[in-house]
Amino acid sequence: MSGSDVVLPKIQPLSEKPKSAGISWHLSADFLFHKTAVFAAFLVAGALFATVIAIAYDSRTSIHVFGIWGFLKSSDWNPVTQTFGAFPFIISTLISSAIAMVLGVPVSFGVAVFIAEIAPAWIKKPVATAIELLAAIPSIVYGLWGLVVFAPVFAKIEPWINDKLGAIPGIGLLFQGPPMGIGMLTAGIVLAIMILPYMSSIMRDVFLIVPSSLRESAYAMGATTWEVAWNIILPYTRSAVVGGIFLGLGRALGETMAVTFVIGNSNVLSASLLMPGATIPSVLANEFAEATTKLYVSSLIYLGLILIAVTLAVRFCAVLLIRRLGRKEGAAA
Amino acid sequence: MKLLKVSAIFLALATVGAVAGAQTALTGAGSTWVYPLIAKWDAAYQNKTGIEINYQSIGSGGGIAQIKAGTVAFGASDMPLKPEDLSSAGLIQFPTAVAGEDLVYNLPGIQAGQLILSGPLIADIYFGNVKKWNDPAIAKLNSGLKLPDMDITVVHRSDGSGTTFTFCDYLSKVSPEWKQKVGANTSVAWPTGVGGKGNEGVASYVQRIPGSIGYVEYAYILESHLSWTRMVNRDGKVVSPSLKGFQDAAAHVDFTKAQDFYVILTDQAGPGTWPISGCTWQILRKSASKETNMAVMRFFDWGFEQGQEMARSISFGPLPPSTVASIKSYWKKELGYSI
Repeated sequence: MSGSDVVLPKIQPLSEKPKSAGISWHLSADFLFHKTAVFAAFLVAGALFATVIAIAYDSRTSIHVFGIWGFLKSSDWNPVTQTFGAFPFIISTLISSAIAMVLGVPVSFGVAVFIAEIAPAWIKKPVATAIELLAAIPSIVYGLWGLVVFAPVFAKIEPWINDKLGAIPGIGLLFQGPPMGIGMLTAGIVLAIMILPYMSSIMRDVFLIVPSSLRESAYAMGATTWEVAWNIILPYTRSAVVGGIFLGLGRALGETMAVTFVIGNSNVLSASLLMPGATIPSVLANEFAEATTKLYVSSLIYLGLILIAVTLAVRFCAVLLIRRLGRKEGAAA
Repeated sequence: MKLLKVSAIFLALATVGAVAGAQTALTGAGSTWVYPLIAKWDAAYQNKTGIEINYQSIGSGGGIAQIKAGTVAFGASDMPLKPEDLSSAGLIQFPTAVAGEDLVYNLPGIQAGQLILSGPLIADIYFGNVKKWNDPAIAKLNSGLKLPDMDITVVHRSDGSGTTFTFCDYLSKVSPEWKQKVGANTSVAWPTGVGGKGNEGVASYVQRIPGSIGYVEYAYILESHLSWTRMVNRDGKVVSPSLKGFQDAAAHVDFTKAQDFYVILTDQAGPGTWPISGCTWQILRKSASKETNMAVMRFFDWGFEQGQEMARSISFGPLPPSTVASIKSYWKKELGYSI
């Protein structure tokens, strides 16, 4: 069977306001709560807005000297000559996060399906708790673990990657380099583990709210677990799943300490994923304390501004993606 | 009972407040390299005088920024400020103690102190021109060693650091190409290699990556038992890093003649001189209150006079007596008062 055979019920938005139960004595408390909630919401939005303005203002020296396009495309980051360019850091930030997504999303989906669909009740709880505990580990611990435990093991696997994947024409270029155990790929793998709990717990939560009538009818028609997960549960929860994925991506883009430990901190962009790189957050962590000149500090803050812009762009893409998926489904039905 | 506890806490807080208010603490910030020395001096000085030195090792650049902003009584930097920068910012500086750094490596079968390198060769390695350990240029200096056919992985500091400044200043002196293309600063645009955060970051990369080479402070090498390198100095002699080698470097420069003590100890002459020797400078504000500056001067004067054995015990070399004398006359000349 395929997805288009299933008739989906009209989805009720969960956030619909319940009808008022009439006037009661706690009206003033309600009023107060309403105002507080509005204030809190505006406070958060205002703080974000103020932060962006402050960051943009502090990067003005650098924007003035290097311009926007000039800063984005320049690979020259040289504190001695005071010339700065963001290109290698932007690319490394995107690549390390992309690796994390490629590895993390399928595993998160698998974990969520396992907990929601496959696992017997007695194992659900421990597995879910274990995954959520991953989110409670501070990122510096991931960094230390990556450097002290994972990197040496990975360094032993790297010669194999060199020989096998590195020999493939074309993409082989991505997998060549000395077996150091640290680099872009290591950073991507550590990031994947770090964002896994966020994505899988959101997916699990939304998978569990899929009406059992839908699920059971599919099983009754002879669907396998995979078909139920892929054709019933995923379309039903799609926007929440995409939201969860982008929450993970946002964390991966901004992760600082763990990446600084394992990425190798080289400002030279390399074709191979086994070679070191440097992301925007890792450069900030490394160089901010020792940035002595005004232009240097301003360029680092400018990098921060670019990171915000990248994150916003990613968010924007997510919204577009959800809309487009929705439209496609509309056309199919 | 509960009331008793609460009032006891209040009493304790009030006492702490009173002590802090009584001008018994000096604040300083900067170089991580000099931190062990200041910590050691502080403990002994506090015992004797009751004055506590609250030193934050935030890095040389941070120390310069803090003293310029006037948030601390003294800043410490491994990179001296140029005399014109000092006068424009209303600052003065003086050296504290000498030390050094060395290269460490991870080569199977080669023990600590067996490998010999020269300055120009290190520049070539850090440029990525010499890529293999069995390169003829390395083999020429190490005829007795069996060098493996391994790739060299260059390790450098990823954070800004006075250690990087001293290292790059040395390479700039021995390699015109390095001076022109890379230069010397607390952080530079490295042509190749991986970056570790702090001495411990560099050391841990070197310990984990076979075929790697990195530079760390000498005191750190002693602590963590890394494989250190012997070097060919300016006189063409092969030397091992030692306190005496750092002091020989200091003995061959004339601190007393240099404006604002602006002398860098790398690549000095002398048969026993260690080529990558360095120094930490303390920076004061001319506009700070006389009381504050006097307190700082008293502390360092005490260190110069009484703290030299302590310095030696953690591999910091004392300054020559002539330098200490000229520091005192420098204080008098620049500030108009001295201790």
